[in-house]
Amino acid sequence: MNGALNLCGALGRWLLGATERVGDGAVLSCRALSGLLILPWQGRQFVLQLYAIGVGSLVIIAITGAFTGMVLALQGYYSLAKFGSESLLGSVVALSIIRELGPVLAALMMTGRAGSSITAEIGIMRVTEQLDALEMMAVNPVRQVILPRIVATLLALPLLVALFDVVGLAAGYVVGVDLLGVNAGSYVGETIDKVTMHDLTTGWVKSFCFAVLLGCIATLMGYRAVPTTEGVAQATTRAVVVTSVAILIADYIITSFFL
Amino acid sequence: MNAAAAMIRTEQLTKRFGDMTALNQVEIAIPERATTVIMGGSGSGKTTLLRLISGLEPPSSGAIYFEGADLARISRRELYRLRMKMGMVFQYSALLNSLTVEENIAFPLQEHTALDARVIRTMVTMKLEQVGLRGFEHLMPSELSGGMAKRVAFARALAMDPKVVFFDEPTSGLDPISAGVITDLIRNLTQLTHMTSIVVTHDVHAGLAIADHVILLWQGEVIAAGTPESVRNSDDARIVQFIEGRPDGPIPFSRSDTSYMDDLLAREVIA
Repeated sequence: MNGALNLCGALGRWLLGATERVGDGAVLSCRALSGLLILPWQGRQFVLQLYAIGVGSLVIIAITGAFTGMVLALQGYYSLAKFGSESLLGSVVALSIIRELGPVLAALMMTGRAGSSITAEIGIMRVTEQLDALEMMAVNPVRQVILPRIVATLLALPLLVALFDVVGLAAGYVVGVDLLGVNAGSYVGETIDKVTMHDLTTGWVKSFCFAVLLGCIATLMGYRAVPTTEGVAQATTRAVVVTSVAILIADYIITSFFL
Repeated sequence: MNAAAAMIRTEQLTKRFGDMTALNQVEIAIPERATTVIMGGSGSGKTTLLRLISGLEPPSSGAIYFEGADLARISRRELYRLRMKMGMVFQYSALLNSLTVEENIAFPLQEHTALDARVIRTMVTMKLEQVGLRGFEHLMPSELSGGMAKRVAFARALAMDPKVVFFDEPTSGLDPISAGVITDLIRNLTQLTHMTSIVVTHDVHAGLAIADHVILLWQGEVIAAGTPESVRNSDDARIVQFIEGRPDGPIPFSRSDTSYMDDLLAREVIA
């Protein structure tokens, strides 16, 4: 009986805490994005962040995209061969990458690469009182530190997803046509025939939503990190875990809307 | 000191963190154009007091008047307007580590003024000359020693020609020479620029040497306020212990409140 009560209490406390954090995050994100309405923007910071988040991720995204396209072609060929419909391979690879794997895998890679470093950097700025120093210089740290990182993520992730898609499709073609011997004409024809604007929109909407989640969660976790060494370590871990889970949940919801 | 000359004044200022009361009904008045040193041991609440009177943290109750405006009740915009008149030198300097020395000092000027880049450059050079670091413009904060970083932080705090500059433990973690340089800078620049300096420190010697006004905190309460002489000549056993640095006295060496013998005998065996 007592154990059950304790369990209920703990569950309640956890729910309250979680609700508070989500609300806090929403308020902070809105405060940051409202900074977009006020000129001048933190142009320099924005460019620096765009470089760190976007350009710095090109290679890792290209590699991930290439191997995803290659393995999809192998796996798709294996399955399709059982029905004798290898000629459909092009569309299977393209639809999987554009609708699903491009946005999700690119976002997850970015969570590990850029999200963690955003959280750690802002967390360390909290520990070393740099955020307080901004406050004392009458500069709003939300506008100076959080806003440029969120906006840079919003711009970078959809572009990186596009890169992922292109590299993935090309790699799929190489494996499907050159290695497995699918007819080049039917591979390309199937791809062009079956991929519609609707599929591209789905991918684009997903990558944009994932970017919002990644940018907001990573910056918030850093901004609210407990100002100690362990605090920053915990915040970084939590940012990666929470963002990854949020992306997978959001992916299901968005897919169900865009069937 | 009369109330009119007070730059910052607090009324029944209380700050709690959970169940712990960090500051209890603190009433202080900080005189204009002078150096006020807030001293106290670790955990006496002096850093908390500094964060409250600079508006970095809200009080649990009570009021903080900065030029007549209550920092706890004004809007963010209003607070930022007052912050233009404040500068702060943080304990670990808190330089923005993505910017060079020059960019750090220029940062508040770029944010708040429409000055030409060349004018800002001249002002940065002047501020660096004041702290004796001209020629170090292009170093990154990570390339500076602790004492140099603190001097740069000092120059940055002076960039907007503030009326009040706050110093959080300006000499802690520095070698004696660097500490002496910083103490001298505080004293000289306060006199030169007619600013109000507020220094939080546990360094009794440096503190008493530069102070025009001393505030001594003990367990979240003010136990002494006045000139360095009046504090030095005080009979209060707590003040004497702090000034002379005795390990035991009214502030006991042992922080345990249970009997030592009981603890030794009763402690369960750790498996």
